[in-house]
Amino acid sequence: MNRVCYRLSLTEGLNVTKSTRGEPLIVLEGVEKFFGGFQALHAINLTVFSGEVVVVIGPSGSGKSTLCRCINRLETIDAGQIMIDGERLPEEGRALARLRAEVGMVFQSFNLFAHKTALENVTLGPTKVKGIPRETAERRGRELLDRVGVGAKASSYPAQLSGGQQQRVAIARALAMDPKVILFDEPTSALDPEYIAEVLDVMAGLARDGMTMVVVTHEMGFARRAADRVVFMADGRILEEGTPEVFFGSPGTQRARDFLARVLTH
Amino acid sequence: MGVITDNLGLYADGLLGTLEICGLVAVAALLLGIFLAGFRVSPVPPLRAVGTVYVTLVRNCPLTIVLFVFAFGLPEVGINGAYITFGVAGLTVYTAAFVCEAVRSGIGAVDAGQAEAARAIGLTFSQSLRLVVLPQALWAVLPPLGSVAIAMIKNSAILGAFGVGGELYSVANTLNSARGEPALPVYTGVVIGYLIIIIPAGLLLLMMEKRLKATR
Repeated sequence: MNRVCYRLSLTEGLNVTKSTRGEPLIVLEGVEKFFGGFQALHAINLTVFSGEVVVVIGPSGSGKSTLCRCINRLETIDAGQIMIDGERLPEEGRALARLRAEVGMVFQSFNLFAHKTALENVTLGPTKVKGIPRETAERRGRELLDRVGVGAKASSYPAQLSGGQQQRVAIARALAMDPKVILFDEPTSALDPEYIAEVLDVMAGLARDGMTMVVVTHEMGFARRAADRVVFMADGRILEEGTPEVFFGSPGTQRARDFLARVLTH
Repeated sequence: MGVITDNLGLYADGLLGTLEICGLVAVAALLLGIFLAGFRVSPVPPLRAVGTVYVTLVRNCPLTIVLFVFAFGLPEVGINGAYITFGVAGLTVYTAAFVCEAVRSGIGAVDAGQAEAARAIGLTFSQSLRLVVLPQALWAVLPPLGSVAIAMIKNSAILGAFGVGGELYSVANTLNSARGEPALPVYTGVVIGYLIIIIPAGLLLLMMEKRLKATR
């Protein structure tokens, strides 16, 4: 309860209306991250509520991808703490692996397992991490591939798929673990323009279905359309957060106004 | 060259003996080498240290000394066994260090995103190594592993020099020393024997590489 109050007070005056849909699922408190002498994250406080879609935007090098990667500890943090569903993120070992199984991740460069077919990519986690029988996992895997529109490619290898198809398989792979939240780390940045819409459509569908999502992206249209809350980062700090209407309509900081002017007018 | 044709049976036995030794060492060294490579990339510092010490020690030690340790050192501390057992064990321990380094370079060549994706779906370190990284790394290091295998087959001759009987190199000892046959023709026969093993092995590797390229 403390944390909820804390977060509400943090965003008071930012006109957050839609964000408090459920319980706090991800809570970052005072998170700091250094790469050598460079500080990538400065005292980050952020709470993501169950069922919420948080879109993180900001200029390159602002720390948004680092933030995303810290949440499932692909990057370690140097100060502060991260709680997932009330549990402190373990430092390593089996406890960390178990927690990661509950936090899906979709990468900029897809990272599908190159030696496995689309279906094998989707069933590896359920069979090896959760111990689900192969037939059950395959049935569900095919359903998920259908759901993201690549059911016909189940037995294709990643190299035989377009970027858009690969990224949709990657989303199915994340969904197969029944995660509490999915992190998207610039999911469309490596895609040819003609494939971006099909991936964003799948993501918007997930958002509608109530999936909790943290999305790092440069797609402002998606942020407007699907976000419950937009978080604006620059220089490793969260400078603003608010509903898309408020953020895009009347950004509170000069940095955000400059950034939006650049990305929205090109 | 009459000495070769006159002793075809002896040469054939030697060939089979070498094949048997090399088959055993190939399997054992591959397994041990993969384990060591896993140690060397492990997030657990003591395991990494074990891997590093092993490779540094064994790879920089002449094979004759490794074999000497096995053949004469182990009996000193009360471990006894047939020469062939010690020979196979020694050559395995030696070859595994090279396998380890080849496999480790392959692990390094696999895109870091593969391991990240594996960890992100909740696989443990050993699972992501076994299920995602190693299968890709091993294909990538097929050519250097082939070189290690060829070196190992030739190194097996040193077992013969150490008195392990019944392999190809020891045939030369038998014919030269015991029967006083001239060295040059005798060794020519030995070389032909090694080529009979190594050239098809090289072709097999080439075939595997080609098939791999076709499936990618």
